[in-house]
Amino acid sequence: MVEEEGFRRYVAHIILWIGIAIVAFPVYIAFVASTQDNALIANGQMSLLPGGHFFEVYYQTIFVGTSGSTREPVGNMMLNSLVMALLIAVGKIAISIISAYAIVYFRFPFRMPIFWIIFITLMLPVEVRIYPTYKIVADLHMLDSYAGLSLPLIASATATLLFRQFFMTVPDELLEASRIDGAGPLRFFWDTLLPLSRTNMAALFVILFILGWNQYLWPLLITTRDDMQTIQVGIRKMITTTDALTEWPIVMATAVLAMLPPVFVVVVMQKLFVRGLVETEK
Amino acid sequence: MANVTLRNVRKTYPGGFEAIKGVNVDVGDGQFCVLVGPSGCGKSTLLRMVAGLETVTGGEIDIGGRIVNQIEPADRDIAMVFQNYALYPHMSVFNNMAYGLRNRGMKEAEVKTRVDEAARVLELTSMLERKPRQLSGGQRQRVAMGRAIVRQPKVFLFDEPLSNLDAKLRIAMRVEIRKLQRRLNTTSIYVTHDQLEAMTLADVLVVMNGGQVEQIGNPLAIYEKPATTFVASFIGAPPMNLMSTRPEEIRSQLAGSGAADAGILGIRPEDFVITDQTPADGVVLPLTVEAIERVGAETFVYGTRAQEEQRIAANPGELPPGEVIVRIPGSEAPPIGQQIRVAAMRQKLHLFSGDGRARIEA
Repeated sequence: MVEEEGFRRYVAHIILWIGIAIVAFPVYIAFVASTQDNALIANGQMSLLPGGHFFEVYYQTIFVGTSGSTREPVGNMMLNSLVMALLIAVGKIAISIISAYAIVYFRFPFRMPIFWIIFITLMLPVEVRIYPTYKIVADLHMLDSYAGLSLPLIASATATLLFRQFFMTVPDELLEASRIDGAGPLRFFWDTLLPLSRTNMAALFVILFILGWNQYLWPLLITTRDDMQTIQVGIRKMITTTDALTEWPIVMATAVLAMLPPVFVVVVMQKLFVRGLVETEK
Repeated sequence: MANVTLRNVRKTYPGGFEAIKGVNVDVGDGQFCVLVGPSGCGKSTLLRMVAGLETVTGGEIDIGGRIVNQIEPADRDIAMVFQNYALYPHMSVFNNMAYGLRNRGMKEAEVKTRVDEAARVLELTSMLERKPRQLSGGQRQRVAMGRAIVRQPKVFLFDEPLSNLDAKLRIAMRVEIRKLQRRLNTTSIYVTHDQLEAMTLADVLVVMNGGQVEQIGNPLAIYEKPATTFVASFIGAPPMNLMSTRPEEIRSQLAGSGAADAGILGIRPEDFVITDQTPADGVVLPLTVEAIERVGAETFVYGTRAQEEQRIAANPGELPPGEVIVRIPGSEAPPIGQQIRVAAMRQKLHLFSGDGRARIEA
């Protein structure tokens, strides 16, 4: 850090604090709202200090659920989201690392056309191909199931490209040394390539887990049963109520809970994540 | 223990480029063979073909009496040391050396014995638990050697193993490699572009150019009797002085010495002496001193000849036309701009045909 003289440093810090306040204030409000009595919020009398209903509200949110639109406990929604996000992240990494391995290290007919087909799917996110994808999942009787939630989202051109780029930086001599050391293609993949890709996989896992966790449109379409609902869909359903007050403390508590797993993943894997993005030495 | 024989080996890439144009080499059991040549001459390709990392498009590669053209690298009973060492970055030094043995299903106790023995020989015992990135260049180089010797293969293959080291370490490792090879008495093939490494290591020296063998033989024999102008200028530093015999000045001095059909005259820098006298039988050249390099034990004089002459075939390491290098003892140094006369004895002259492809013995 460059040493700044006193006054300018204070200005810099004040600006930074303002920035933090702008980002953190809504989160704070959500937390405060989740600890208050619903009547107070509905009256517009919500205070800016945490209220006294923390345990009560969070207990109800996690284990009981709202009394209105969706009665599913948020604990179960979180479990659904977690399973989906994990399946998507792990599945994407597994599939893309294998396809990247095939594309980089093997000579087979139509290698480049296949690579380009994978590349082109970058332009076809779920939203674009949503009708055919829905039709297929429905025909396979995978609606309202974890397979239906995760499988269509698992194939990933981005991750395949990323691993391909990484594999191309691995010196050819490593493969040749492995061949002389008597390691076949599977051995080389398992003993050398996978350990070398560890940081890349961690970085991808963070990104993909958050991506999976935040899915909204796809789970909304294919889940109809309340007990298969993900938390992102659940929040939306809680807000819309007919003939009743929205239970804002519970909605806000759900929002706070929805935030925790991604934050946890980022905090835990931050070191690996940063190394995966910047590491050049192999 | 094995002979390595290459019979008319060819390599043509799918694009039609011919990298190796029919090479015949015979390396005896326990011999140290060095392939030397400029970049792109095919020496690394040839080595990789012996290793099985490149396919062979023609001819036969014979290791210990077995044609290995179609055999996987792991089953050829060879070990290779790569230029960038190619150590597995995520494995400890011990595991780097043990990997190939374990893949062969060797018992863990035997693996440990062999690796410990190799580590002792290479003074790596205290580093067995470290990762390659925690080692210096010279230590990594030794681990790469260790990975090769634990296998106890029939043949060692070295692909420019010293070119990533600094000059001092390179000399030290060169001596170590030679000693190790002598002791293990394992047939070795070594690729380098450094003619000094080639001269000092080789039992059999193979000089390559453009995918072909220019000359094979004992290093000193090649130095003393280079078969072509390419070999003449590639082996030896500074390079041999090559000049056309066409100018009257040179032709008259060579007259009557059976060199009538020679087109190119070669004289090594160290075979000149600065003298005012004209030797009875030999060549005298008047030079203007352009530059001198004093390196202590010897002085190199860069002079230009009075007459312009035509350029001879372009070879790597060749001098500009009309320039002559003379090596004299370090105590002497003629001033720049001075006119000097240098003489070389008749028996020190090398004569080549006009295209430089054949040596002429007078």
